[in-house]
Amino acid sequence: MTANDDKSGDATTRRKVLECMTWAGTGLLWTVSGGVPRSLGLVDQARAEEAKGLTFMQISDSHMGFDKPANPNAKGTLEEAIGRIKALPTKPSFMIHTGDITHLSKPAEFDDADKIISQAKLDVHYVPGEHDILDEEVKLYRERYGRGSKGDGWYSFDAGGVHFVGLVNVKNLKAGGMGSLGEDQLKWLADDLKGKTASTPVVLFAHIPLWVIYETWGWGTEDGARALEMLKGFGSVTVLNGHIHQVMQKVEGNVVFHTARSTAFPQPAPGTAPSPGPMKVADDKLRSMLGVASVTFKRGDQRLAIIDTPLQG
Amino acid sequence: MRIVLMAFALGAAVACVIAPLAAQTSGAAVVIDNFVFSPERLTVKAGTTVTWTNRDDTPHTVAAKDRTFKSKVMDTDESYSFTFSTPGEYAYFCSLHPHMTGTITVVARTEDGATQ
Repeated sequence: MTANDDKSGDATTRRKVLECMTWAGTGLLWTVSGGVPRSLGLVDQARAEEAKGLTFMQISDSHMGFDKPANPNAKGTLEEAIGRIKALPTKPSFMIHTGDITHLSKPAEFDDADKIISQAKLDVHYVPGEHDILDEEVKLYRERYGRGSKGDGWYSFDAGGVHFVGLVNVKNLKAGGMGSLGEDQLKWLADDLKGKTASTPVVLFAHIPLWVIYETWGWGTEDGARALEMLKGFGSVTVLNGHIHQVMQKVEGNVVFHTARSTAFPQPAPGTAPSPGPMKVADDKLRSMLGVASVTFKRGDQRLAIIDTPLQG
Repeated sequence: MRIVLMAFALGAAVACVIAPLAAQTSGAAVVIDNFVFSPERLTVKAGTTVTWTNRDDTPHTVAAKDRTFKSKVMDTDESYSFTFSTPGEYAYFCSLHPHMTGTITVVARTEDGATQ
């Protein structure tokens, strides 16, 4: 290495520092002026109509095949949820499904899900829940939804200027542990994010929450923090999960965490019941605890707005 | 029927003598209720068949940490059995809900049927 090389190296370093400062400033601006997804509670269809940016839907935990007292008709409530999406005044660009499509990974359950969800006439990007990989050969999910995905089914795509990453955190779980991404997937994620500029809004979605909501019930991902560490430099990060069958939201720095309702049955709030199992509520309350979410990213004000819509109420 | 009753009586007698370190003699049961294996720790003699039954509205599995055994998914009221022939400590968990854990301790069977 020559002295000249050293000098040019220094210059690059100084430039990089300046760039970093710019990005840091951008990141800060984003956090203050937008980039913070808001939960607006009830759906506001007029607002959806206004939205000029990218709007996509999130559905989760449809549990086709579930027929227990908490909801003997999970098929019916999924149909209602899809009906809601079809009735939106502005057609969303696509849909993500954050796992537990089926209850027991049976072919007929996958068939039922496909039959109903396809009525929305939207592209659907899936990630598996632990209920979707229960068939002996663990192949049904991958055969149906894993085309073009890597490893255990993870992948990324870009839409409307937003980078979407679908992660799998329900495989190879360890005794006593929680959700897990694993070394291979983390390495892939690091590579996947490498070429992205810090101003690219990133949406991570996975079945089990990537943040630890309640360890006693396994509601979290052991190595989720390592994935989030890779996103520290990004101005706007949104993490969308399912699994816990209720809406929860947290904002931490540049990251907004959000979990969606199930379309099948509610689960108790952390620690309010002996176990996280299906929660039986009064029949006239059930639909207020099931639902879907829409997420809108508006170019310009760089805002991701998350609107949770219960099936009723 | 008489033989069964006698075997049961013998088992009960042995259990009384060596309690609380008693090992189950023939079949043993673990129930899954509210995302918990109960009993969470169970000691059995080599040759014992342990049957797990799922009483939850949620499917569960039973998977040995060392992969000695693994059940298919058990829906509500379904069962899985495994016969433990080799003494040792078998830690297991539910592969869907890994925070659910349990241990089967298998002790050697001696000639008179008592535990070591």
